[in-house]
Amino acid sequence: MDNNLKRIVIDNSESIVSMWLKEISLLKEYNHTAGISKESFEVTNREFVEVIFISLKNQGSMETVQKFSEKIIKLGWPLSYITDGLQVFRRVTIDFILKNTEQVDTDQFSTILESVDLWIEPIIRELVNEYSGSWEHIVSLQRVALQELSAPLIPVMEGITVMPLIGTIDTERAKLIMENLLDGVMQHNSEVVLIDITGVPVVDTMVAHHIIQAAEAVRLIGAKCIVVGIRPEIAQTIVNLGIDLGDFPTKSSLKKGFMTALEITNRKIIDLDSKVEHTKNIIESLKGE
Amino acid sequence: MNSSPSYININKEWDIVAARQLARDMSKKLGAGTVDQARIATAVSELARNIYLYAIDGKIYIEAIEKMERRGIRIVAEDNGPGIPDISLVMEDGYSTSGGLGAGLPGVKRLMDEFNITSEEGKGTIINTIKWVR
Repeated sequence: MDNNLKRIVIDNSESIVSMWLKEISLLKEYNHTAGISKESFEVTNREFVEVIFISLKNQGSMETVQKFSEKIIKLGWPLSYITDGLQVFRRVTIDFILKNTEQVDTDQFSTILESVDLWIEPIIRELVNEYSGSWEHIVSLQRVALQELSAPLIPVMEGITVMPLIGTIDTERAKLIMENLLDGVMQHNSEVVLIDITGVPVVDTMVAHHIIQAAEAVRLIGAKCIVVGIRPEIAQTIVNLGIDLGDFPTKSSLKKGFMTALEITNRKIIDLDSKVEHTKNIIESLKGE
Repeated sequence: MNSSPSYININKEWDIVAARQLARDMSKKLGAGTVDQARIATAVSELARNIYLYAIDGKIYIEAIEKMERRGIRIVAEDNGPGIPDISLVMEDGYSTSGGLGAGLPGVKRLMDEFNITSEEGKGTIINTIKWVR
């Protein structure tokens, strides 16, 4: 029975394909493929339906399906196109078989439904798996990339290190900040660490708490922590919240913080020009004598 | 011209970010200054974090309101968590059961213009706050 049905479908592939193409183009507006050009839509449709038939003929071989899914994922076609396409194929095929069989009783009807499902389901499963697999892969890559960006430590000069923070701080990131900060202080032998929060959009009690803890831990291992990049609106919300950041120095900008760090490490920036000017003055005054 | 409230389900840490982004966008649309935007975003962050930490599951409703020629933003935090046995205690600065700073709820009260909390033990908590935009 099953083979018989399959023969009907394969023998009449032309008319099934044309029915399918007609139906699928009606769906173009609904499944996020509206932005795709007409030519490439038609080419992909042809290829898609061919892939379905090849898999049918080859007794569910998944090789062509895999190749097709790889290609279509690379091109960024939506998953809804695939699922819609296969649903339509199921409907069209069942329609066609029913129309071309004389007298269908309930038994036969359920056999037809079942065998068509058996052809379509492995293809759906394969394609959906390929799609979700590729998404999971991307998400895990991005997570790694984010983690690399989340708590960088930059040794600016002997004894002075900067940690610029950009974006939201969650529990996981707070942990990383603390670890990197302490490791970095030990490794670079820092005397002063500047934590720059210019790029942190919201400083709520949790973020403040983590910063306070990090600063306290840095103090315990013998270095000094300066929190810089406190924007005026953040300063106001911190006051509103009633958070006490009085245990360590804070500055509005990295520049000011860096100057303080230089002071702490007994250094200062000297303008070379004025130094030259100064020596010139001394020479001039010597000449006069 | 009260627009329908949008809400965010809070049950993951990243939902907190989604909630405060929505609040920030809406306060920006209402013409709030950067300081008020930061206040509103911080308040939403606190409320959402409380839901995430203590109730595990809840909702943050964010709504633009207009009353007597004044425009503002209403934020409602609702959860079906364990409830708060003693509200006056949690409104005290420095009280925390989670080892935090204990500035969350009293902080929200200071960040916002109107603040109202009802809680029933074993049933949940509703916090209703408004910030008027000048």
